[in-house]
Amino acid sequence: MSVDTTTTETPPPIVGKPGGRIGDRTFLTITRLAGLLILVIMGSIAAFLVWQSVPAIRQVGIFNFLKTQEWNPQASPPVYGIATLVFGTAMTSVIALVLALPIGYGVALFIAYYAPRKVAAPMGYIIDLLAAVPSIIFGMWGVYILMPHMQGVGMWLNNYLGWIPIFKNTLGQYTKSLLVAGVVLAIMIIPTIAAITREVFVQVPSAQLEAAQALGATRWETMRMSVFPFGKAGMISAAMLGLGRALGETIAVALVLSASFAINWHISEPAGNTIAANIALKWNESTPLGISALIASGLVLFLVTLGVNMIARGIIARNAAFSGANG
Amino acid sequence: MSATATAPDAVDAAPSLNARRLPLWWPLVGLLLAIVVDIIVKTTGVITGTLSLIILALTIFIVASTGWSMAVEGRRHAVDRTSTIVLWSAFLVAFVPLVSILATVVVRGWNAFSVAFLTSTMRNVLPTDTTGGVLAGIVGTIEQVGMAVIIAVPIAVLTAIYLVEYAPSFKSQRMPKIVSFFVDVMTGVPSIVAGLFVYTFFVLALGGQRSGFAGSLALTILMIPVVTRATEEMLRVVPNTLREGSLALGIPRWKTIVRIVLPTAAGGITTGVMLGIARVAGETAPLLLTTFLAQDVNWNLFSGPQASIPTFIWDQFGSYTTASVDRAWAGALTLILVVAIFYTAARVIAWLTAPRTR
Repeated sequence: MSVDTTTTETPPPIVGKPGGRIGDRTFLTITRLAGLLILVIMGSIAAFLVWQSVPAIRQVGIFNFLKTQEWNPQASPPVYGIATLVFGTAMTSVIALVLALPIGYGVALFIAYYAPRKVAAPMGYIIDLLAAVPSIIFGMWGVYILMPHMQGVGMWLNNYLGWIPIFKNTLGQYTKSLLVAGVVLAIMIIPTIAAITREVFVQVPSAQLEAAQALGATRWETMRMSVFPFGKAGMISAAMLGLGRALGETIAVALVLSASFAINWHISEPAGNTIAANIALKWNESTPLGISALIASGLVLFLVTLGVNMIARGIIARNAAFSGANG
Repeated sequence: MSATATAPDAVDAAPSLNARRLPLWWPLVGLLLAIVVDIIVKTTGVITGTLSLIILALTIFIVASTGWSMAVEGRRHAVDRTSTIVLWSAFLVAFVPLVSILATVVVRGWNAFSVAFLTSTMRNVLPTDTTGGVLAGIVGTIEQVGMAVIIAVPIAVLTAIYLVEYAPSFKSQRMPKIVSFFVDVMTGVPSIVAGLFVYTFFVLALGGQRSGFAGSLALTILMIPVVTRATEEMLRVVPNTLREGSLALGIPRWKTIVRIVLPTAAGGITTGVMLGIARVAGETAPLLLTTFLAQDVNWNLFSGPQASIPTFIWDQFGSYTTASVDRAWAGALTLILVVAIFYTAARVIAWLTAPRTR
């Protein structure tokens, strides 16, 4: 979402208690309740997921739930655990971040300082459009267009970088791999990273830019001396928000991956699954215990994304406090 | 004497304004070289992969331009030119998938896309039949997203009013800060988690049905933070003089907000709502958990499984027959059109209602 950095006006402070009259007091209470409702929703997401996870985790024990690689709640005794899912989620997200970060930062820098002034705004708009494409369409595109193209990339990695274990491919098959899923996710999070970083980049005080230019700095040197130091916190939190989005992405990954249950470090081989994709794929065929197990895995996903997002927002919030004063 | 003796040295050391620079058409040389080499390599058959050729061309472009710049302008400007090329490439790399996705959806979606597709359902249609359509999905999406708007917009607007209009005058900023923080964190809630939550809350705890309404609730959770943030921004750009003028006339604060501030910001809030709709209309994961799949039109939002455009695509894509995959792509085209309509509407409304600077 693009946010214009217009000058903000805060309403005039009211002397005395806000809402001295009945109408005012009522209206304030209503708006306060709406604000509270947001907190209640966030709290109850955690509470309800925990409540429904308990049966599944009790059944196998928390330790087994974390380290089992299989997913078979219908078996007797039921066997399921999130080890493969956590591995797949982490691996696809890391691949996505590694690919998307340089491009996302590059796009942000390009639109903020390098693109010709007149076309910079439409270019930003075009990149934002990428964020509006529904994830199921990313998934279909990934299967039909990207996957055939990734064959060559996978082969190249195997031939020339195969001595690095993760790039090795022993099967000779390159479709439906964690690598393809990671590339799809990378494309999906580029707009997120670019939009947030761009917002921070355009806030660099012009005095700092001019100071660098007055010293005879080239454009790139201005970026290094003024923009990067100022934007560092924003770049970090943009990366974390992108990570949060990649971790929770469901449908695109569900379409692209082969949904197997074994940890496979060879990222170009067809294998792997993620927490979110597994929930979507297994949902309709699940018994109550299976549903509970899926909810438990969703709880893990929720807690991880919550943590990542809270850290990212914390960094932004802490930084906003002094960035305005510098302008 | 000594001052006049040192002055010329200082001038010589500083970069001269007349230093030799590359001509304005500098990118053409590198590009031309890259294309020529690519054609030679391709015709001789050394490298034929499209991706490899592009990477080769880019490398040649960068090396040639940097080398030329290094020879004429020196190292610092050479680095600068390289950064320019790299950043342009980053933009193009992000741009290519977008074009590819849109082109794919239009080309493949066109096979099965027709008026009949938009006005028929999947009732009594086999996966191999070429008939059938997305009508049930369109009805479902309109009802589910409409209900989500009805629930989410009041909550979001009221929260924004609380944060912007009232919170600055509070003595303790703790509560507004917490709310504002969690609105941001809420944007990061994965859509599948929203679906799981509504299932546990609405279906398991309250005993509700898996229905279109359950889907609406999940979409509501995804929509609230988007609309809240947009509304907040719009309220912040309403000029304070309007508020002060109204308050000075003795109008109560709540009436000032409802009659003066909100109408002024209405255009921007509408834009935010449209963007929110564009975001949730394409959500598939939460609907799979909450609405189920349905082949026929179900007008009742509150009872029984209801289709939607995204779940229609999911269902058809999973059948793996040529006809059903064609239908899935046509569904994708429909979905892109729906999203595009709301996205464009958002921009048009934003443009029409933007304050004109004279």
